[in-house]
Amino acid sequence: MEQLIHITVNGTKEEARVPAGMTLLEFLRERLYLTGAKEGCGSGECGACTVILDGKAVTSCLVLAVEADGKEVWTVEGEASDGKLSAIQQAFIDEGAVQCGFCTPGMIMSARALLMRNPHPNDDEILEAMSGNLCRCTGYEPILAAVRRAAQQESEDVQDER
Amino acid sequence: MPNHGQPPVKERTRSVEGFTVVRHNLRKVDGIPLVTGKPKFVADIDLPNTLYVKILRSPYAHARIVDINTARAEALPGVALVLTYKNTPQRRFTTAGQGYPEPSPYDTRMFDTKVRFVGDRVAAVAAETREIAEAALKVIEVKYEEIPAALSIDAALAPDAPVIHDEDDATGIYDPKHNIVADVDIDVGNVTQGFTKSDVTVETTCELQYAQHTPIEPHVVLSYLDEDDRLVLRTSTQVPFHVRRIVAYALDYPVRNIRVIKPRIGGGFGTKQEILLEDIAAIVTLRTRRPALIELTRPEEFISARTRHPMRIRVKLGAKSDGTLRAMEMEAISNTGAYGSHGLTVLSNVGSKTLPLYNKAEDVHFYGKAVYTNLPVAGAYRGYGATQGYFALETAMDALAEKLGIDPVELRRKNHIRTGETSPIFVKLGEGREGVEQVIRSCALDKCIDIGMERIDWNARHGKRIRDGSWVHGLGMSVHMQGSGIARIDMGAATIKMNEDGSFNLLIGATDLGTGSDTILGQIAAEALGVPLEKIIVYSSDTDMTPFDVGAYASSTTYVSGMAVKRAADEVKAQIIKVAAQIMGTAPDGLVLADEHVSAPSGKSTSLSEVCHYALYQADQFQIGATASFVPDESPPPFMASFAEVAVDTDTGFVKVVNYVAAVDCGTPINPKLAQGQVEGALANGIGYALTEEMLLSPHGGVRNPNLFDYKILGALDIPPIEVILVDSYEPTGPLGAKSVGEIGINAPIPTIANAIYDAVGVRLRHTPFTPERVLAAIRDKDRL
Repeated sequence: MEQLIHITVNGTKEEARVPAGMTLLEFLRERLYLTGAKEGCGSGECGACTVILDGKAVTSCLVLAVEADGKEVWTVEGEASDGKLSAIQQAFIDEGAVQCGFCTPGMIMSARALLMRNPHPNDDEILEAMSGNLCRCTGYEPILAAVRRAAQQESEDVQDER
Repeated sequence: MPNHGQPPVKERTRSVEGFTVVRHNLRKVDGIPLVTGKPKFVADIDLPNTLYVKILRSPYAHARIVDINTARAEALPGVALVLTYKNTPQRRFTTAGQGYPEPSPYDTRMFDTKVRFVGDRVAAVAAETREIAEAALKVIEVKYEEIPAALSIDAALAPDAPVIHDEDDATGIYDPKHNIVADVDIDVGNVTQGFTKSDVTVETTCELQYAQHTPIEPHVVLSYLDEDDRLVLRTSTQVPFHVRRIVAYALDYPVRNIRVIKPRIGGGFGTKQEILLEDIAAIVTLRTRRPALIELTRPEEFISARTRHPMRIRVKLGAKSDGTLRAMEMEAISNTGAYGSHGLTVLSNVGSKTLPLYNKAEDVHFYGKAVYTNLPVAGAYRGYGATQGYFALETAMDALAEKLGIDPVELRRKNHIRTGETSPIFVKLGEGREGVEQVIRSCALDKCIDIGMERIDWNARHGKRIRDGSWVHGLGMSVHMQGSGIARIDMGAATIKMNEDGSFNLLIGATDLGTGSDTILGQIAAEALGVPLEKIIVYSSDTDMTPFDVGAYASSTTYVSGMAVKRAADEVKAQIIKVAAQIMGTAPDGLVLADEHVSAPSGKSTSLSEVCHYALYQADQFQIGATASFVPDESPPPFMASFAEVAVDTDTGFVKVVNYVAAVDCGTPINPKLAQGQVEGALANGIGYALTEEMLLSPHGGVRNPNLFDYKILGALDIPPIEVILVDSYEPTGPLGAKSVGEIGINAPIPTIANAIYDAVGVRLRHTPFTPERVLAAIRDKDRL
């Protein structure tokens, strides 16, 4: 059975007919060709499929596309603007937080969701926000350092704008 | 391949000890596409008409397939092809992606008439959708005849054990009738006499669990026919050239008609040194003429991909009363599971990568067996036997130090190998065969030990049993070596060609798994060619476009592939100098290549862009470029001193790592940040292996916890503070002084933490992982005595 849905993805309105059982991850990857979000486990354990749904980080392998009807989704493809990397993306590169890069889009989305609700997180809050995303390559420290650096950078950017 | 468009990095122009590119923390060349979510991975591209392939797996640990009826599956709308033993090549091969001829037995068929573990391949379905493929699997009728299974090392070695490989067409098995895949036995001197002459001896037996690599990207392959009808395998592999060779052999299909491409891959750690899916994808595409995608699910990854070899290892050490080691004996029994992939070589490395570390012992005996069981299949895993060997060796050293009344650090100092020294083990035992003679040319282990001791505050905190309520703190340490590639077996090659803007294409067979090898190989080329890294366009791991490389394993890439790059760059440099001399009308002698220019002592200079324009368009035209290869004569070991402080809760048995310090000598770190990342990641993986990671098996041999909730790898909240210090040395046989560093870190956490637990609560853990249950049981057993 198919259902008509309307989702705003990275600021663009999308309309689609999807099977009731299609996950948001499948919708993003296979219908919109937004392949940044990855499937590492299919059951919400690894966080590689993390996207932002109405302001909250969710594992998109556990969300049905129809559940996202009428909602707003941000993926890693929406992070850079006008060809310029976001502070989080730049910090992931600069801190050596990217090894294989498979977990990276999910990590970046968890970090973005954190900074959206809490622009000045302390270390515990960063740890908590990143704890649902598994990485097997780094020892996590470069990832945490990247989130710290990005938070710092974005708050400086905000001050500059003022 | 496009240039990666990295912005220039300021630090580049600052020279670190004569290097302008190497030894600098340059950003990874593949960083931007990875953080922007570009379709860099196998399953990120969508080809029209792709078939989805699902695999039917055995529910039994040991059974004969009497018959398979696929009629109902084939009749399902949307099913394109069903594969079983009835319609696939029956040639036996090995899934182990190793040098040729592989030192692993040819004991595997694409689909066999016998299944040997829960999860073994039975059939595969290719269909229009994943759902149809899965539905089709459910209606395949398989008639099994169960056979008694051997579900442990002891059961497999019992006199009346079922014979797991009773087929008559397998080759390379040491003793199939007794389930013995491989047997190793080497002697130096006479160990029995050595123990007699020792003042003190200790003996310990350790058991290591089933553990898995768990790359965040499970195994995945996409196959298709290109416009010339050649088969392309876009696959998540560590060994593209071995994939090509093994698939060609298994299918009896020409190598020339296969192209293997490794795009970015989501981690490997050894499990992608295996050909697990490519043969099926290839045959589906060849028969249907359509693209085929096979993606393992996470449960399938746990059940059917590879594991670390579980082992039982006994070590006996004898020393003189002053602490000089006199004799060492190590016996390893390795469980290779249902197939013998990497059985012999992992077993060899248990001894060959550990025992040479203590070269003062005159008498050494190493022996062991790799044994088939009807359990999940083991294979290559970062550390490759050394990790298992060091648990036994380094906890025995700790016990020996105690018995001798010597500080454990001092015992290591007294006995470890040093620059200018050798070990007889190097010759006696290599990887699955005799080794090669080698003298250590770079070893900064003493300095690593000094730094580690200071950073962990060893003298003030070791042996103090500092209490905090029910928690007791302890310190432990261990020392390690690994290798850099496999001497006289591994081969890497590199091609460099010059473009008219003074940039260079670097084409390498070497395989970047996320390790950063594309970046560091680019740095080596850039350093030699006097250009910034942005001028090197790195393209790797494509069997049509890049020269051969054995792939990413055995800590080979920096050292072996790096030397190939260095040689190719040096040849290109010589050509550039010659052309520049012609342009400037001077003799080539004394010309210097730096900062993208060739300069003469007179002050005259010409840019690389001018040099290439001249060579391509003006006079004596030719393509400036070279291909070079490297086969190492030695395998210079990186060294590591590892220290940890743990706290043990005596009420619950919970072990918390409070602080971890590792000082590593990998020669010149080509990119210190990436080298450090290799060590940190390996330590994190090793800490999980020491404390939480364990595949639990059912009484019938199945994996009980095939998911990431129940198989616990460390998350951000579980990671202790880890400090990695790179300690300088210079390896004269390596590229710009470098040694490899990919594996060594994973060897350290088990013995370091075990020794720290002993320091805290006085119990020696002999079985990994050190779960609260095991630690508490050990504490209670001790209290009862």
